[in-house]
Amino acid sequence: MSEVIHVENLFKTYRMGDVEVPALRGINLTVERGEFVAVMGASGSGKSTFMNILGCLDHPTSGKYFLEGEEVGSLSRNEWAHLRNKRIGFVFQGFNLLARTSALENVELPMMYNGYAGKQRHERAMEVLALVGLGNRVDHLPNQLSGGQQQRVAIARALVNKPSLILADEPTGNLDSATGGEIMGLFQRLNTDQGITIILVTHERDIAEYAKRQIVFRDGGVISDKSNNQVLVHLES
Amino acid sequence: MRWLMTFRIALRALARNKLRAFLTMLGIIIGVGAVIAMVAIGEGAKATIRSQISALGTNVLVILPGSNVQGGVRAGSGNRYTLLDSDARAMTRELRSVAYASPVLRRQEQVIAGNLNWGTLAQGVAPEFEQIRDWQIESGRFLHEGDMDSAAKVTVIGQTVARQLFGNDDPIDSVIRIRNIPFRVVGLLVGKGQTGHGQDQDDTVMVPYTTMQKRLMRITYVQSIVVRAISAEKVPEAQEQITLLLRQRHRIAEGREDDFTVRNLSDIAEAAQSTARVMAVLLGSVAGISLLVGGIGIMNIMLVSVTERTREIGIRMAVGARGRDIMLQFLVDAVVMAATGGGIGILLGIGSSEVLKLWANWPTLVSPSIVAVAFLFSGAVGVFFGFYPAKKAATLDPIEALRYE
Repeated sequence: MSEVIHVENLFKTYRMGDVEVPALRGINLTVERGEFVAVMGASGSGKSTFMNILGCLDHPTSGKYFLEGEEVGSLSRNEWAHLRNKRIGFVFQGFNLLARTSALENVELPMMYNGYAGKQRHERAMEVLALVGLGNRVDHLPNQLSGGQQQRVAIARALVNKPSLILADEPTGNLDSATGGEIMGLFQRLNTDQGITIILVTHERDIAEYAKRQIVFRDGGVISDKSNNQVLVHLES
Repeated sequence: MRWLMTFRIALRALARNKLRAFLTMLGIIIGVGAVIAMVAIGEGAKATIRSQISALGTNVLVILPGSNVQGGVRAGSGNRYTLLDSDARAMTRELRSVAYASPVLRRQEQVIAGNLNWGTLAQGVAPEFEQIRDWQIESGRFLHEGDMDSAAKVTVIGQTVARQLFGNDDPIDSVIRIRNIPFRVVGLLVGKGQTGHGQDQDDTVMVPYTTMQKRLMRITYVQSIVVRAISAEKVPEAQEQITLLLRQRHRIAEGREDDFTVRNLSDIAEAAQSTARVMAVLLGSVAGISLLVGGIGIMNIMLVSVTERTREIGIRMAVGARGRDIMLQFLVDAVVMAATGGGIGILLGIGSSEVLKLWANWPTLVSPSIVAVAFLFSGAVGVFFGFYPAKKAATLDPIEALRYE
């Protein structure tokens, strides 16, 4: 197994005027290909900051971040944009789909920024939409879809460029528990069937139970990192 | 590829917000429309003034005989008998800057037709006079070369004379008497109205200058010569050449004063032209300001749009849009709005100047160059006023943008 993520002694400090607020205090972590990791912690524990750095959205103050063996923590904005496009798929709590834009076009969006031809783009988008179980709703606008369906579109968008890793930030936070369970089942299926590496942030213990590995943050540090021996399996009906 | 994509994204964004896009464009539409219409009005006025002045005779020169000096008393121009009809012929024949030249002799005469009579200005002129004064014939014909050679007793009469002597009857082929000599009326001039000095130009009869010389005035010289230069620009050149030619023909030794004077009306022309120019600049700048205001409107909406679409920008950045892509998208947005507005504005401007021409009978002239300039300028307004909002969008922090509610 190869390392998808490897961070060394990662620090992040925010400046609020004259006061320095430490958000991350020396994180060391490795995530192998094919892992399904749940990152937990109370708000202010540093887990969001950590995810922003993993997502190539924010620079660490010090320390190193290797994405598939390449040091990426100190790259430029444009290089990061390219990495986010090619290697990272984001799934957000609030879905973050473009309004008044069909499911298909939303899924095509990441491909618009890397020069796919229109036909290729269309085919690939249809393929991933079918994979997340929305093959028959491609022309629906986000407001014509349920929360769970919108999140499936978002997952399809995250998958479309075949990323090395999916970062999901509280993906079930806006969903009821039944729909949340379905989404977690989808993640599990993608993880086991497609071997996609998933890192998921949540503060709900029962959501974290779907992951194979659980990491707990507190005060900018990792206080617990263990594999989950009793993975909760979502039974697809 | 990427450009095309950005273009499509921008167009789609505009299509989703049609009303707002239209309202934003309205500023540019009105601005460009105003520029086109205003400049068309200005150009139309300039063209009208130019043609009116040239009808007045911008490129017309008048040559008068020099003043008679007797014992230190200078009697003023036109008191010597130095000009001959052959001088006029020589000018047309020899000078390239001269288009037409005609001798002119004038005297107040009493004109009689039947039992009516009328005092009017009799003018002896050559056929070229018609072109020089740009004075058309309403019916019949103007004097021609044959009339000159035979000193024919024919006349062309002005509107006022026709009204006074013939009322509403057709004067052609009637006979009028001047100093008891019968003249056949061969032509009726179109009305020309008054001069700037309140003199009625239509109160005149024209006869061949030879007839005037031999039968009416019994003189061999001519009182003045009127000349039309080939263009207004050639007037100074014509003036110079006429002076040289006449000095030569009149055998005036070096260092001696001319025995004639050459006058032109180009001062009036220049004044009128510069008035028209000032008007055009004024109208154009007023319209230009409205275009600027339109541009500020675009910037305003673009800034609102950037704020409103912060989350969208965040999403795009998260899935891999670079700052450049975002910037291009908003810039294309602004330019498309400005250029579309510009296009509609051009149609509006041309349309309204046509309406002015048709309904208000106002002379307008839409020049293609101003249309091109207005269109390019509206595109430039889009780039200029779209740049700041686009830059702002491109430099947003994706984390902040994604969190934006």
